[in-house]
Amino acid sequence: MSDHAVTIRVNGVDRSESVPARLTLADFLRERLDLTATHLACEHGMCGACTVLVDGETARACLLLTVQADGSEVTTLEGLTEGDKLGPIEQAFWAKHGMQCGFCTPGFVLTIAEMLDDNPNPTREEIIEGLGGNLCRCTGYVKIVEAVEEAVSLRGGGA
Amino acid sequence: MKPPDFDYVAPTSVDDAIKALGSDAEAKVLAGGQSLIPLLAFRLAGPSLLVDLARVDGLDHITDEGDRLVIGAMTRQRRAERDPVVAERCPLLVESLRHVGHPQIRSRGTIGGSVAHADPAAELPAVVLALGGRVHVTGPSGDRTIEAEDLFQGFLSTSIEDGEILTAVEVPASGPRTGWSVVEIARRPGDYALCGALCQLQLDDAGAVVDAHLALIGVGDRPMRAHAVEAAVLGGASPAEAAALAPDGLSPGSDVHASSDYRLHLATVTSRRALTQALERAA
Repeated sequence: MSDHAVTIRVNGVDRSESVPARLTLADFLRERLDLTATHLACEHGMCGACTVLVDGETARACLLLTVQADGSEVTTLEGLTEGDKLGPIEQAFWAKHGMQCGFCTPGFVLTIAEMLDDNPNPTREEIIEGLGGNLCRCTGYVKIVEAVEEAVSLRGGGA
Repeated sequence: MKPPDFDYVAPTSVDDAIKALGSDAEAKVLAGGQSLIPLLAFRLAGPSLLVDLARVDGLDHITDEGDRLVIGAMTRQRRAERDPVVAERCPLLVESLRHVGHPQIRSRGTIGGSVAHADPAAELPAVVLALGGRVHVTGPSGDRTIEAEDLFQGFLSTSIEDGEILTAVEVPASGPRTGWSVVEIARRPGDYALCGALCQLQLDDAGAVVDAHLALIGVGDRPMRAHAVEAAVLGGASPAEAAALAPDGLSPGSDVHASSDYRLHLATVTSRRALTQALERAA
C-alpha cells in the first residue's frame, strides 16, 4: 500500500509527513512527532486518554486516521500552554489531587478545556456529564470533578 | 490493536466516490469513522480500500424544505446537535444526538454514517424509522430513495447496495403542538442503551393525539417501530395502557448486559416514560 502525503498543523507548526493510511492520528503524534502527552490505552474509542483538539473540537486521536486529518489543525496537551508553565486546568489538577497515576490526565485536560470554553460556569451535574467520555481507573472521579470546579475559579469564572 | 493495512482515497465528488467504490470489491465507505475505525482496530473489518467522503462536495448541509428537513450524509453530529434549524424543525433529532456517544465522538461522527451503519442500539437509525423518514442514495445506475421501513434489514445491515453511497437523510419536519422524548436505560451515560424509546406525538386543538411515532432500540437486530403502541395512543389510550403493548412482537436476545425478559420489561418502562414526556411537551 502506498504512503500518503499529509500536512497537519500541530500546536501551531505545519508538519508534513508521508504516512500509511492505517496510521492513526494518535500514533502519528506519538511516533512521528514525539508528542507523547497524547496517551493511548484502549485504541478503540472507549477511554478518552487520546483526546486532542481537531480544528478546535475534542476528538479521539485513536479513531482518526492521519490521512483524515490532512489539512487540519491539531492541538495536543503540549500545545495547550506555553513552555513549562502550568495552565489553570493543570494547576487545578495539582491543587485538588485530580490525578493518581496520571495516565488519563492529558485526555481529561483537553476535554475540560473545551467544556469550560463552551460553558465557563458548569454545574456539578454538567461537569459529571461532560467528563463522561473519559475513563479514570484511579481517582473515582471525585477529585477530578473538584479540579474542574477549581479550574473554573482559577479561570475567573464562578459566581 | 492497530488497524490492518489498506489503501485510501479522498474523492471530491460523488461521481468519483462511486467510481472508487466500484474499482475494488473490498472497498468500504469511510464517513466519520467513529464506528468503522474501532471495527478495523478489532480486525472485524478488513477492507482493501477506504473511500473517505469527508472531502466530497455537497454532502455537508442542513436544508429546510418546508415540510421536510434534509441533512447531508457528512454533516457532523455535533453540528446538527447545535443547529437552530434542526432544533426548530426536528427537536427529536437534537435530543437523540445528545445520547450518541460523547461530545468527542459527535465532533467527528456523521448523520449519514450512523444511519448507514445501522446499529440496532443506535439512536439515529431509530429517529429516521420512528418519523417515517427516508434516505437518498446514489450508485452507478443513478439516484434513488429508500423509505426507512425498507432500509434496516438486520444487524448492521441495510438495503443500500454495494457500490451505493448514502448522500442525505430526510425526515418530516415537526408541526405545531408536537412533543418528543428520548428515554434510555444504560449502565453509564453515553453507552449503548440496554433499551431505549424515541417518541414524537402531535396533538390537535382539542388535545387529542393525531400523530404518533415510537421506535425502540436495543430490543432486536434493528430499530423497531412500535406500531401497536402508536395505534393505542391514537385510539386514546393512556401512556401506561399503550406502553404495555410495547413488547408485542419483540424477542430481544439475552447477553451479559441484560436478559431478554429484562429488555422486554424496559421496552414498557421506556415507552411509558417517553409517551408521558412527549405528551407533556406537546400540551
